[in-house]
Amino acid sequence: MADLTTNFLGISSPNPFWLASAPPTDKEYNVRRAFEAGWGGVVWKTLGSEGPPVVNVNGPRYGAIYGADRRLLGLNNIELITDRPLQTNLDEIARVKADYPDRAVIVSIMVPCEEAEWKAILPRVEETGADGIELNFGCPHGMSERGMGSAVGQVPEYIEMVTRWCKEYYSKPVIVKLTPNITDIRYPARAAHKGGADAVSLINTISSITSVNLDNFSPEPSIDGKGSHGGYCGPAVKPIAMNMVAEIARDPETAGLPISGIGGVTTWRDAAEFMSLGAGNVQVCTAAMTYGFRVVQEMIAGLSRWMDEKGYSSTDQFIGKAVPNVTDWQYLNLNYVTKARIDQDACIKCGRCFAACEDTSHQAISMSPDRVFEVIDAECVACNLCVDVCPVENCITMERLSAGTVDPRTGKTVSDDYANWTMHPNNPMSTAAE
Amino acid sequence: MAQGSMAPGIHPGRLSSDQLAENFEDLHAPFAPHEAAVAADRCYFCYDAPCVTACPTAIDIPLFIRQIQTGQPENAAKTIFDQNILGGMCARVCPTETLCEEACVRETAEGKPVEIGRLQRFATDTMMAQGVHPFERAARTGKRVAVVGAGPAGLACAHRLAMKGHDVVIHEARENPGGLNEYGIAAYKTVGGFAEAEVDWLLKIGGITVETGKALGRDLSLEGLKADFDAVFLSIGLGGVNALRADGEDKSGVANAVDFIAELRQADDLTKLPVGRNVVVIGGGMTAVDAAVQSKLLGAENVTIAYRRGREAMSASRYEQDLAASKGVKLMFNVQPVAVHGNGAAVEVELEYTTTEGGKLTGTGETLRIAADQVFKAIGQTLEGAPSGLTLDGGKIAVTGAGRTSVDGVWAGGDCATGGDDLTVTAVAEGRDAAEDIHAGLMA
Ligand SMILES: Cc1cc2nc3c(=O)[nH]c(=O)nc-3n(C[C@H](O)[C@H](O)[C@H](O)COP(=O)(O)OP(=O)(O)OC[C@H]3O[C@@H](n4cnc5c(N)ncnc54)[C@H](O)[C@@H]3O)c2cc1C
Ligand SMILES: Cc1cc2nc3c(=O)[nH]c(=O)nc-3n(C[C@H](O)[C@H](O)[C@H](O)COP(=O)(O)O)c2cc1C
Ligand code: SF4
Repeated sequence: MADLTTNFLGISSPNPFWLASAPPTDKEYNVRRAFEAGWGGVVWKTLGSEGPPVVNVNGPRYGAIYGADRRLLGLNNIELITDRPLQTNLDEIARVKADYPDRAVIVSIMVPCEEAEWKAILPRVEETGADGIELNFGCPHGMSERGMGSAVGQVPEYIEMVTRWCKEYYSKPVIVKLTPNITDIRYPARAAHKGGADAVSLINTISSITSVNLDNFSPEPSIDGKGSHGGYCGPAVKPIAMNMVAEIARDPETAGLPISGIGGVTTWRDAAEFMSLGAGNVQVCTAAMTYGFRVVQEMIAGLSRWMDEKGYSSTDQFIGKAVPNVTDWQYLNLNYVTKARIDQDACIKCGRCFAACEDTSHQAISMSPDRVFEVIDAECVACNLCVDVCPVENCITMERLSAGTVDPRTGKTVSDDYANWTMHPNNPMSTAAE
Repeated sequence: MAQGSMAPGIHPGRLSSDQLAENFEDLHAPFAPHEAAVAADRCYFCYDAPCVTACPTAIDIPLFIRQIQTGQPENAAKTIFDQNILGGMCARVCPTETLCEEACVRETAEGKPVEIGRLQRFATDTMMAQGVHPFERAARTGKRVAVVGAGPAGLACAHRLAMKGHDVVIHEARENPGGLNEYGIAAYKTVGGFAEAEVDWLLKIGGITVETGKALGRDLSLEGLKADFDAVFLSIGLGGVNALRADGEDKSGVANAVDFIAELRQADDLTKLPVGRNVVVIGGGMTAVDAAVQSKLLGAENVTIAYRRGREAMSASRYEQDLAASKGVKLMFNVQPVAVHGNGAAVEVELEYTTTEGGKLTGTGETLRIAADQVFKAIGQTLEGAPSGLTLDGGKIAVTGAGRTSVDGVWAGGDCATGGDDLTVTAVAEGRDAAEDIHAGLMA
């Protein structure tokens, strides 16, 4: 069994699976049960300033998007930060950390953008003995209207400023949690880096309306006939989150900045993918909220089996391994020519590839009266749509044309030289040597 | 007190009314909305879907399933009824395992087709429970069409003609309309008086008069109908029954399976319906299975289906055979009846083993006897009372195209006519298509 011990910012945890700051980590009771179930660490539900706690709505907080059989694919929430008194949370954090010294306990914080506020709360957090803090610059609803959460995360200067204060008044690692509700994720990441952040974590939730009630025309979740955008998370957001993680990982300005990957992590495979894109560990919220704490057992067993199969003895050996392969479109090899291939034995004759290619792509699949579907190489542009819509895994695959063969679509001989758009004759800016 | 299965002879009340009610429950419970959603999600929305080709009425199955998926079973029902006005009955009685579901690509992929029949029922039940009839009549054409026989073929034909604005009179020999939907289909396939309710619902289109107790050949003649109407559609089914040609066929206790089933379907109180302790059903089709299974459900101790050929030749599907076996019916293959023994009343059936050589079935000479106080003949139905003057072919009314008989102005469809399997859904398709042809002819 591969050793899953992960060292993130010098904080060691028995595995890379942390619970993200959210309801699963809102109190001692939950966190103790999470640790018993096997989670490697938690980021405590976000704390606010001393004083009367925030209040939550008293109607529904969540909206949902489903796949087949009501499989939850996306969740949206309008919950705020913790609505329990600050001292209660701090006492609980101290107790839990003392009892679970081998687990990571990070405290998430969101207070107004005033130095005095941060100066006041940080020493109290430090006293708990927690391993580090996470600055919640991500929450897109409610708190943002009060100038916190994503309202800070959308202004790089604020991120840098607050991060600096935290590094000044707190001695342990500072993680900056980023909002995805921004056009280019690299700017807030660079700001965090400049402010001295030890790491960034992302993504927080994406502003969203999950559905509209077509009887009373209220967005869901509906509070007395009105709705407010919420934050979207769960499996549906994973592709967006992974791209953002990769963008930061390959940005020369933030190279080497540790990343905690968040957004839709549901299985060991999701975690392995995030980590290969540069995340040092992952945080999970929706999967735990959907299935309970026990899901971590699948993640732990799955990741270690995969590592064994690949011969990795520690997580460092694959963290970031996919980063060098994330590139810009212009550098993709245009001499890589493939064609769709249909395995006739595996084909169940549903005809979805035909409908997709015939109606919406390149008319590159033929259909015989007895429902045999075949690829017409002279038309196939290798878009992969047929592969994606085929209900049978591996029935349609893409096969590379070997060098020297002629692509019947273009009439050109396939070359195994690497050639990209920057060198292409059709590119007015082409730099190819004549 | 219930008599129990062991009482010898043919007796009513072998089981308590509670037990009977349980035995004759819906064979397939209707889908609850969530079950329907899960089942609908499995449909791949195939291109030029094989299930549609396999459905004799060519319902757009992927479309109606998608309409269930998107929360509109009423639109799904409309899609079904567009092609098959008896889609509710067909959802219950079609041997889907040899039709749409056999063709389903998920049957190919994983041996588990999308449950098209039950989804169809979910959709049609939803709309019918709302009492909505989704079609309106076109403006009246003033043309009149006579339909003879109110089974699925006649009803489908009448409905389509009424939709087109023609006035239709259905002449039905029996007391109630519905044909075998009302008198033949196994009780557990169409519970709760569905057949009758479906006819009432179908007639909501308007423009259709049903005259029951009116038999062609007795109360009416084809010549008369031709004179009084602009067109005639014959859908009289198969009213006769093949004889066993075994000794002792006339003993008491020997009966036609279809008569037993009709009696069962019309019984108000199943505790009053007599059934034997030892029942033997001769035959290999759906009728044999239905008679056997329902005998068992009524409380018979031993029920045997004796079929003269091998399992693979049986016209009842493998699914039907397994259903019978699961209810405790014994299936015997390669045996044919030679005699019914007993002093006045049947006591035993004597069967002879058979072999098939060069396609020809012969007895081996070896026989066996099994106890039988009740023997049901289910070896096929025959055309009875077809008006003279019509060309017949293989014992059925010969038709070409969309049900055209050899006599001008007379169409025929369903079991009584050539072409297609003897199934409810085929009868519906033929009735509908003949209506379209009649309409085209009338409006030309
Ligand atoms: C026991 C049994 C079980 C079956 N189970 C199934 C099943 O599960 N699924 C399936 O798909 N199919 C089943 N079938 C077959 C199916 O019932 C028939 O294929 C279908 O009913 C044929 O429809 P039809 O309209 O042609 O004839 P019918 O349903 O037979 O209707 C004919 C009508 O014409 C009337 N009639 C007859 N003669 C005259 C006359 N001279 N004048 C006026 N009216 C007349 C009859 O009273 C009857 O109402 C079963 C058949 C039987 C016998
Ligand atoms: C109900 C709910 C409440 C949340 N509250 C917080 C919070 O207080 N602080 C925070 O930083 N993130 C909060 N989040 C965001 C999660 O920590 C996480 O970033 C996001 O859900 C994406 O991960 P997931 O796809 O695994 O759920 C919340 C998410 C949910 C669903
Ligand atoms: S890869 Fe694209 S173009 Fe080629 S056959 Fe498939 S769908 Fe058509």
